[in-house]
Amino acid sequence: MISSRSTSLPATKNARAAAIAIGVSSGAVRALSEILPLLPRHFPLPVLIVVHLPPGEKSALVDCFEGKCQIAIREAEDKDPIVDGTIYFAPPDYHLLVEADRRLSLSSEEPVLFSRPSIDVLFESAADVYGAALIGIILTGASNDGAGGLKAIVAAGGTALVQRPDLAQASEMPQAALDACPNALVLTLPQIANYLQQTVA
Amino acid sequence: MSELTHDIELSLLLEAIFRRYHYDFRGYSMASVKRRVHQAKEHFRCPTISSLQDRVLHDPSVLPKLLSYLTVQVSDLFRDPAYFRALRELVIPHLKTYPSLKVWVAGCSTGEELYSLAILFREEGLEERTMFYGTDINPDALQQADAGVYSLNRIPQFTENHRRAGGKSSLSDYYTANYGAAVFDKSLRQRAVFSDHSLVSDEVFAEVQLVSCRNVLIYFDLEIQNRALGLFQDSLVRKGFLGLGAKESLRYSQYAESFVELSREERLYQKRGGA
Ligand SMILES: C[S@@+](CC[C@H](N)C(=O)[O-])C[C@H]1O[C@@H](n2cnc3c(N)ncnc32)[C@H](O)[C@@H]1O
Repeated sequence: MISSRSTSLPATKNARAAAIAIGVSSGAVRALSEILPLLPRHFPLPVLIVVHLPPGEKSALVDCFEGKCQIAIREAEDKDPIVDGTIYFAPPDYHLLVEADRRLSLSSEEPVLFSRPSIDVLFESAADVYGAALIGIILTGASNDGAGGLKAIVAAGGTALVQRPDLAQASEMPQAALDACPNALVLTLPQIANYLQQTVA
Repeated sequence: MSELTHDIELSLLLEAIFRRYHYDFRGYSMASVKRRVHQAKEHFRCPTISSLQDRVLHDPSVLPKLLSYLTVQVSDLFRDPAYFRALRELVIPHLKTYPSLKVWVAGCSTGEELYSLAILFREEGLEERTMFYGTDINPDALQQADAGVYSLNRIPQFTENHRRAGGKSSLSDYYTANYGAAVFDKSLRQRAVFSDHSLVSDEVFAEVQLVSCRNVLIYFDLEIQNRALGLFQDSLVRKGFLGLGAKESLRYSQYAESFVELSREERLYQKRGGA
């Protein structure tokens, strides 16, 4: 059987990108500040983000980035349809997942690698739905979360980007991601921002 | 593109569980079910979902364990304290005008939410006139709810939540410590009934003034969310109250217009009074 994939245009790999997933932990606000405000108005992809947050507190992420970004930002709610040009943050204390009908769902099942929300949970479910059309990005963090998820994205044919561990505020998470996905593109924060802008240009 | 093998296996497994045991997970949020089936598969050392299906079809003794994977039992006393504070401030004053009350805690899991309400109602002088119905599909959870025994190491969190919920009493009034366990006072469940009831396949069983259904709808797709919300709407008296989980809402349901939003932040709704 001929899969629909083999008929795709010989454009760059990213011409097919349909979504971006980002995982980041300690140092999140600073790292994201170098990326999110640079996404242009009419950015044509949704951006799904897990930031490790302390449980039991309201997240300040939306407030923090709302004034600085050119595209819409919200904290994900159950069954939100995933809209292009929107940034979704996982809420504290819930895992964020992508459903086949391209809605978001939430779950309060057990933390994974001590984290809820968990980057692995988002990445694995997003890889399942978006396959090769997903760009997964691991930024600074002192955790192993995200390595397995990024591997799942690569296995589904998606693109993996990792922040250069030596330049990350906390190198453990990008290093673990890199160990799991040796062929990931290793970039600085400005290069990642640039990459995303190019992707959709 | 052809369907992936594990997606085929997953839907066959859920179909098998439904036809053999009448637990219907077919309309659940699949991304999360998929994860949990995967964990169950590892637990039972089944190489494939198909082999897990074979196992559960022929060996009913694995069902309870499998159910514990398929349903998520995370709960807490006064989970999201602000919700209970809002109930106290916005809903309790209305409930005080009723001579007798029925409260339905749908998807009550191991009982924490119901006990939270029972404590709140006692503090507000409403307990004596109230019947509490806790329903769930997980028999082990219902049994634990009925026992009202929790690990002692959860008490600090419980106490903190109760305080932040505006608690007017001391939580220690409601349990006794016993060999590493906190045994909640029997009087709290004197007026509580825990029973098996599925929001997916069972019907309305009582007319109630308050439905609290938190962190259950997130596990359902929109179709069965609508079914569950239909049950709540039918079960509630005119101007009755509905409380949902912190990240749940009526926004994508067909019942958005049937309720007035009392607290957007705390997901409290009141059924409209109209015809
Ligand atoms: C995460 S717990 C929520 C516990 C509690 N309401 C809270 O917010 O802390 C979800 C519960 O929903 C129950 N559940 C799942 N499917 C159900 C159904 N079809 N009908 C009733 N309860 C269901 C599960 O067994 C589980 O106990």
